[in-house]
Amino acid sequence: MQQLLAAILTMIVGVLACAAYFWSTNFILDWIFPSKGLSGKAASRNLRITNAIRPWLFLAPALFALTIYLIYPVYQSVLLSFYDRAGVNFVGWSNYFWMVNDGEFRQSIFNNFLWLLVVPALSTFFGLIIAALTDRIWWGNIAKTLIFMPMAISFVGAAVIWKFIYDYRAEGAEQIGLLNAIVVALGGVPQAWITLPFWNNFFLMVILIWIQTGFAMVILSAALRGIPEETIEAAVIDGANGWQIFFKIMVPQIWGTIAVVWTTITILVLKVFDIVLAMTNGQWQSQVLANLMFDWMFRGGGDFGRGASIAVVIMILVVPIMIWNIRNAAKEMRSH
Amino acid sequence: MAGLLLKDIRKSYGAVDVIHGINLDIKQGEFIVFVGPSGCGKSTLLRMIAGLEEITGGDMFIDGDRVNDVPPSKRGIAMVFQSYALYPHMTVYDNMAFGMRIAKESKEEIDRRVRSAAEILQLTKYLDRLPKALSGGQRQRVAIGRAICRDPKVFLFDEPLSNLDAALRVATRIEIAKLNEQMADTTMIYVTHDQVEAMTLADRIVVLSAGHIEQVGAPLELYERPANLFVARFIGSPAMNIIPSTISATGAQTTVTLAGGKSVTLDITTNASEKGKKASFGVRPEDLQATHSDDFLFEGTVSIVEALGEVTLLYIEGLVENEPLIAKIPGIPQVNRGDKVRFTADKAKLHLFDAEGRSYRAY
Repeated sequence: MQQLLAAILTMIVGVLACAAYFWSTNFILDWIFPSKGLSGKAASRNLRITNAIRPWLFLAPALFALTIYLIYPVYQSVLLSFYDRAGVNFVGWSNYFWMVNDGEFRQSIFNNFLWLLVVPALSTFFGLIIAALTDRIWWGNIAKTLIFMPMAISFVGAAVIWKFIYDYRAEGAEQIGLLNAIVVALGGVPQAWITLPFWNNFFLMVILIWIQTGFAMVILSAALRGIPEETIEAAVIDGANGWQIFFKIMVPQIWGTIAVVWTTITILVLKVFDIVLAMTNGQWQSQVLANLMFDWMFRGGGDFGRGASIAVVIMILVVPIMIWNIRNAAKEMRSH
Repeated sequence: MAGLLLKDIRKSYGAVDVIHGINLDIKQGEFIVFVGPSGCGKSTLLRMIAGLEEITGGDMFIDGDRVNDVPPSKRGIAMVFQSYALYPHMTVYDNMAFGMRIAKESKEEIDRRVRSAAEILQLTKYLDRLPKALSGGQRQRVAIGRAICRDPKVFLFDEPLSNLDAALRVATRIEIAKLNEQMADTTMIYVTHDQVEAMTLADRIVVLSAGHIEQVGAPLELYERPANLFVARFIGSPAMNIIPSTISATGAQTTVTLAGGKSVTLDITTNASEKGKKASFGVRPEDLQATHSDDFLFEGTVSIVEALGEVTLLYIEGLVENEPLIAKIPGIPQVNRGDKVRFTADKAKLHLFDAEGRSYRAY
C-alpha cells in the first residue's frame, strides 16, 4: 500500500515538475525577449529569437536524458573495454585479443550467426505466408489473433512455456514434455532436447520464431492489404496463377516492408539474451553474445573489461543493420 | 467472328440484385460504350465480361463460346483499368511482356509484340522506365499497350480517362479513337459516365440505369429519339427540359396542355385512349429559340444568365415550380435578369413521354 502511494506521489511530482519546467523556462524566455509592448522592429526581432530558442526548451529534457542514458554509457563501455577486470588499469587491446582466442566467444559468434540466418528468415517467411493465407478466410482474424498472442508474452515467460514442451524425463517415466510425449507415443526414445549440442540452438530459435512470427504477420498483412486490387486483377487477366500472382506481383510490391521486418527481427536476434539465459544459460554449447557478456560482466565477481568489450562487439554488429533499417523504414514512409 | 452475346445476364450479391437480366448482342469490331449514373452496374457488367465477377444467372458468349466458367485469361479479353493498374515494380517493357511471359511465348515474339505496341503508342523511349517515372497519360498508354500485347478479341476499358486532367483526357480519347480504327476487327467495350466520351467514341451506346438497359442505339439516335425519360435526361447537357402536361387531343397529331395552361400540338401519333392522361413534355435547351412573335411555346422570367461566350444559358422561372427551365442560346444575347422572354422550338424536336416515362415516338 505504501509503495503504491509512493509510486502515485512520484508520478504526480514528476508531471508537476515537467509542467513547472516548461512553464517557467518559457516564461523566462518571454521575459528576456519580450514581444509585447515594443515597437514593431524590436518586437519582430525578439519574436524571431524566441521562435529559434523555444523548440530547444522543449527538446532539452529529452536530449539530456538521451545523453545520460544512451550516449554516455556507450562512451563509457568503449572506454571500459580497454581496462582490466576492475575497470582501474588501462590494458590496451588485450581484452579484444583475449576475445578472439576464447573458445566460448567463438562459439557465441557462431551461434549468433546461426540465429541470424534462421530466425529472421523463418519469422518473416511464416509471417508472410500466414498473412497471405488468412487474408481471405472468415476465421482469418481469429487465426491472426492466436498467432499474434505470443508477442504479448515476455521472452522469459515464453522460455518457461517452452521448457515444459522440451521437458525430459528418464526413459520409461511418464513424459510431461509435449515433444517427448509425442516422440514416445510414436515409439521413439525421449531426448533431453536442450542439451543436444548444436541442435539445441534450433530448439531455442523455435521460441523466438514463435514470438516474432506474429509481429511479421501483422506488419506484412497490413502491407498486403495496401497492394492495389487492380494490379492483382490485371495479373489475373494476364493469366497468372495464384503462385505467380503472389511471388511476381504481390511480394515485389511489398519488398520494402519485408526488408524492414527482416532487419528489425535481425537486430532483435543479435541481442537475444533472455531465452538463452532462461533455457540453458549458455550450457551445452548454446552460448550467445549477449548472455556471454552478462556472464562476464556480472557473474563470478565480474570482469568489467571483458564484459564491456563483448558489449562493444554486439553494438558494432547491430549499428549498420540499424542504420539500414531506419533508412529503409523512412523510405517506405515516403513512398506511401 | 468475335462478337459478344449476353443472354439474360444477372448479378446478385446475396439477396441484393444489381444486374437484372441484360440482353445484348455485340458484333465483332463494334465500339460499344456503357454509360449510366454511378451505381447503375456498368462497371459490374464489364467486370463480368472480363471474368473478374462471377455471373449469377444467364449466359455469356464470346465468339460463339459460352464463357461463364472460363477464367479471364482464356476469354480472349484485355482490360484497361481506371487506375492504370500497372505493376509498379516492373519496367514498361516488363509490364507489357508479363502476360506473354506467363503464357510462355518465345522471347522474339514477346519482343516483337511489345515493340510494335510501344510504336503505336509512342512509348518506345520509355520502355526501360518504371511506371512511377511516367506521367498519368503515359501510364494509361502503357496500360493500353499491355492490353494490345494480349492481342485480344475483346478490348475492355473501365473509365480509362477518369484519372487524367481535362486536356490529357481529350488527347487520350482521340488516341483511343485512332486505336479503334487501327484495330477494326477488335470489339471494344468502354465504360464511362462521361457522355462526351460516349458520344464521340461509340458505334452504339448502351444506357444503363439501376441494373437494366434503358436504351441501346447509335449516339445521335439516343440524342434525337430517346426511348424514355431517363435517356432523354441523361444524354445531352444541360439535361432536357421536362414540363408536366396533360394530353388534350389525340390522333395523327397530339395536343397537350402544358403546366401553366399553354397548348402545344406535336407531330406525334397517339391513340384516343391516351386522351386526358398525364404526360411529360420535353424539349432540349439547345432546341429553344427566343422569339417575339405570339406563336411561342412558353414564356417566363430569366432568373440566371450564364454567358459562356459561344453559348449563353438562360434559366427561366415561372412554368414549373422550383425547377427552372434552361435555354441554350448561341452567342451572347442581350438578355438581363428579370426580363420576360418567349421561346419557340422546331416541332420535330419536341418530345412527349407517357406517365411511365416511355416516349410516344417509340410506340
